[in-house]
Amino acid sequence: MARAVSSRARLGWSAVAWVIGLLIFFPILWTILTSFKTESEAIASPPSLVFFDWTLENYEVVQERSNYARFLWNSIVIAGGSTLLGVLIAVPAAWAMAFQPTRRTKDILLWMLSTKMLPAVGVLYPIYLICIRLGVLDSKIALVVILMLINLPIIVWMLYTYFREIPGEILEAARMDGASLRSEILYVLTPMAIPGIASTVLLNFILAWNEAFWTLNLTAVSAAPLTAFIASYSSPEGLFFAKLSAASTMAIAPILILGWFSQKQLVRGLTFGAVK
Amino acid sequence: MRLKTTLRAATAMAVCAAGTSAFADSHVTTVTIATVNNGDMIRMQGLTDDFTAKHPDIALEWVTLEENVLRQRVTQDIATSGGQFDVMTIGMYETPIWAEQGWLEPLDDLGEEYDADDILPAMRAGLSHEGTLYAAPFYGESSMVMYRTDLFEEAGLEMPKQPTWEQIGEFARTLTDKEAEQYGICLRGKAGWGENMAFITTVANSFGARWFDEDWNAQLDSPEWLEAVTFYNDLMADAGPPGAATNGFNENLALFQQGKCGMWIDATVAASFVTNPEDSEVADSVGFALAPNTGKGKNANWLWAWALAVPSGSDATDAAKEFIAWATSKDYLELVAEKEGWANVPPGSRTSLYENPAYQAVPFAEMTLESIQTADPENPTVDEVPYVGIQYVAIPEWQGIGTAAGQEFSNMLAGQQTPEQALARAQELVNEEMEAAGYR
Repeated sequence: MARAVSSRARLGWSAVAWVIGLLIFFPILWTILTSFKTESEAIASPPSLVFFDWTLENYEVVQERSNYARFLWNSIVIAGGSTLLGVLIAVPAAWAMAFQPTRRTKDILLWMLSTKMLPAVGVLYPIYLICIRLGVLDSKIALVVILMLINLPIIVWMLYTYFREIPGEILEAARMDGASLRSEILYVLTPMAIPGIASTVLLNFILAWNEAFWTLNLTAVSAAPLTAFIASYSSPEGLFFAKLSAASTMAIAPILILGWFSQKQLVRGLTFGAVK
Repeated sequence: MRLKTTLRAATAMAVCAAGTSAFADSHVTTVTIATVNNGDMIRMQGLTDDFTAKHPDIALEWVTLEENVLRQRVTQDIATSGGQFDVMTIGMYETPIWAEQGWLEPLDDLGEEYDADDILPAMRAGLSHEGTLYAAPFYGESSMVMYRTDLFEEAGLEMPKQPTWEQIGEFARTLTDKEAEQYGICLRGKAGWGENMAFITTVANSFGARWFDEDWNAQLDSPEWLEAVTFYNDLMADAGPPGAATNGFNENLALFQQGKCGMWIDATVAASFVTNPEDSEVADSVGFALAPNTGKGKNANWLWAWALAVPSGSDATDAAKEFIAWATSKDYLELVAEKEGWANVPPGSRTSLYENPAYQAVPFAEMTLESIQTADPENPTVDEVPYVGIQYVAIPEWQGIGTAAGQEFSNMLAGQQTPEQALARAQELVNEEMEAAGYR
């Protein structure tokens, strides 16, 4: 009897979870559906969910008008580069904080996080001017460095949490066996923290991929990533929602697929350390 | 032996070819054009082969941005001499302000063939500073009434060529049937200096109100403003669509095209959209009339141009001017007409276009021209004002003031405050801002 109730309750909770999940996914689903409509169907009211004349016309137009490959390549380089660079810097930093904490470690961690509290626009002009002086406006290098700096606090925090889960004794043992600092981090700590590092990399790749403030403000032609590609399809005078949706779908498709294949990693990484 | 010779010849030719292409590349100037995603600009991007064929030494790069991002990016780039853009799409509001700052290259030397005198006088005046042209109009617009001839006929109404606001109010209320999702009138309500404030300012002008007196004191506490804003608020409550507080140009365009609005007062450029049978369900039953007034001598129509300008930091000034001369020329209008038909020609820039019999046959041509001609940015209101601009005040502070005040009126339309409250708040914040900026 008790069992029947609990399985019914479980069913109920799954239904609730599905509904919430679909609600969260709905805007993306709607964008994808709209991308297959004609412009007049895209604004039709009441809108039709699936019973409309499916067309690939928008994708053709977008392909014809924009150099998608160039935007995609820029996104990959910027998101990938900034994540890799960030991890390279964050692993030693998180090691130090997790295994050699000082009196100030907590303060430093909080201070790092506090840099995320400043609205980005507050430092737009200084950074813009620095980019001009250094001649790196509209270059991928500038964005790799800036996005790395922006995401660094999150990377350090995440890695710090994962590293704390690893018993310090193992590292101590490695040290007793004569491992240098470099081999300790490289051959003992990193392999054990691979799941944590993987989910950090994935999450930051997604964050950098979707970053739309700096990527829009510091690029023009040569370094413009997919965020600029989407923005170029929004129109102040004219209804181009279907084309905008097609551009958006093309921009999120790679990251959506990546997320789909690595969802296990992502979920594990995000909940890792949450339940002790 | 023969093979060797052939190989040698081929190598020599390849080297020569590589040499010439390298040589040619070094002489190609790249012009980077920042623009918005409006229909006419997209069409221009599709037709640039004509330009590059005539100018093989100029390569074009396009940066298409969202309107607000474009404005911000371009301001940022000019103010810091970033030099990212060689041609920028800017409006009538920015042109005189930026020209005064020395941020734009004068465009008084676009060549003899260019015929700058052919530019519509109102456009030329709005895009000049101290008599010199600083931005060339790519397309221009005013605002007018678009209405459904079929609904008017059904209801036994007749739209005069020059309606008054009173008549518009009457028509709108008669045509409204909220249960059938039929709304008498669709007007802008979305907050923003270029959205609801553009429209509300024209209504205010026609009711005899003004933003500032000659000493830059805000005038939003005047009875004229209250009358204008109350009229707008009541009209939208009685005959407007639900959720009008978030409707801008595009939202109203969608509503009108689906046949939900009896009337729509907005940019003349919308006429080509609503009469296009591919997108509009009401394409064959749209009529046009001049923007309404209250008999005080000012119609509620605005004047705007999307224009092309060269920032002073550009390193390809000459090539940029060549491009502008092409894109805003008479020949370009002919080129569009030839490829896409006269209805798709960018409107509102040149007198000769409106003298062309082929263009006069376009249903909205005459009303567009007349609307543009009755707009006078130098004398926008009934009383004297210290500023230029009809649906905006051409001072740098306007973007901030207009958007903040726009928020108040949008909240009013959403039913969160009365016209009196909205005006009192707007008055206060405008005066504060003007004091901080040193006007008073």
